[in-house]
Amino acid sequence: MDLLSQLRGQIADFSAFLHREGFVDDQFTQLQKLRDESSPGFVVEVVSLFFEDCEKLVNNMAKALEQQIVDFKQVDSHVHQLKGSSSSIGAARIHNVCIAFKTCCEDQNRDGCVRCLQQVNHECIQLKNNLQTLFKLEQQIVAAGGSIPAMQ
Amino acid sequence: MGSNSVVSNRRMPEKMNCFDLSPNSNSDSEAEEVHVLAVDDSLVDRKVIERLLKISSCKVTAVDSGWRALKLLGLLDDEEEDKSSSSSSDGFEGLKVDLIITDYWMPGMTGYELLKKIKESSSFREIPVVIMSSENVMTRIDRCLEEGAEEFIVKPVKLSDVTRLRDYYMATREIRSAESGINVNKRKLQESFDVSTASSSPSSSSASPPPLFSSPAPCSPSSLDSPTRRPKMTSLDHILI
Repeated sequence: MDLLSQLRGQIADFSAFLHREGFVDDQFTQLQKLRDESSPGFVVEVVSLFFEDCEKLVNNMAKALEQQIVDFKQVDSHVHQLKGSSSSIGAARIHNVCIAFKTCCEDQNRDGCVRCLQQVNHECIQLKNNLQTLFKLEQQIVAAGGSIPAMQ
Repeated sequence: MGSNSVVSNRRMPEKMNCFDLSPNSNSDSEAEEVHVLAVDDSLVDRKVIERLLKISSCKVTAVDSGWRALKLLGLLDDEEEDKSSSSSSDGFEGLKVDLIITDYWMPGMTGYELLKKIKESSSFREIPVVIMSSENVMTRIDRCLEEGAEEFIVKPVKLSDVTRLRDYYMATREIRSAESGINVNKRKLQESFDVSTASSSPSSSSASPPPLFSSPAPCSPSSLDSPTRRPKMTSLDHILI
């Protein structure tokens, strides 16, 4: 089997894994279809923006939850932002944690919020690593003379 | 309103074929892109909607707030002039757009508030406004549609949503040209309309057709009854039947 076929097989398997485990959903596939010659780095760009945003929001939420008196409305608005952007890029697991997180905010449940924040942080790190792996595989395919396939 | 499980609520018809009246519609549509003003405070969402629109052959201007959108349109500074109908600066200094698509939940000015400001303006109320929201809340949807929003799309926005919007507004632009009896594109029509209102008295409006997206035409008495009915539906029925 030549290198290109090998790489294609790897990326197909990895993509299937990401979907199966719920790391990404159909919206991510949608974004991948928006790539073309004029904008080949579109997905990488949007994903990078997302993780920058994510990091900022996680830090803000952590600070807010450390306060003596927690401003749950403030935390909720951060969660709302993260929920929105994670949905827009198809980051399904993060999106799901945000749904639970919102409920904790509404219930003014500080411990629940802290747990959710930890989960969000964990999921962000996992997704970042996974997508970096995916993008590396794509780079290898391009380097081997192939074109980037869309996810199934 | 319809089923509760509907993903997006819209007032536009499902089938587009019936709107393709003009024989030159394809070449005209290609010549003139739909210019969309996208408003969203989230950078990620802005990037995505921008890409969706560009890939659908729309020209895009993306801003991060309702205030910036109003400023670009030229609405902010002209609030007082809007109230009198003889403003000459509207439309000339502001950005000309065919469609506004805005997020609902934004700090400062919500999409709903932006929608209201646009619909309250005599020069800008014609511009169709679409609201996007991550939350499928019936009361919110109803409120937006009642205020004059064309459609309420639940996020995440998909390519199919955007191409559907583009097709619809390209097609209705042809309708408006056909209605006026002159086969010109919307931009020229808008310019001639602006010139006639700017330079002369209200009585010389014979050159301008009744705008499709504004207040109900006299022949549609029931258009105000239900928030889900759009004035333009009855105007179009009038043409098609």
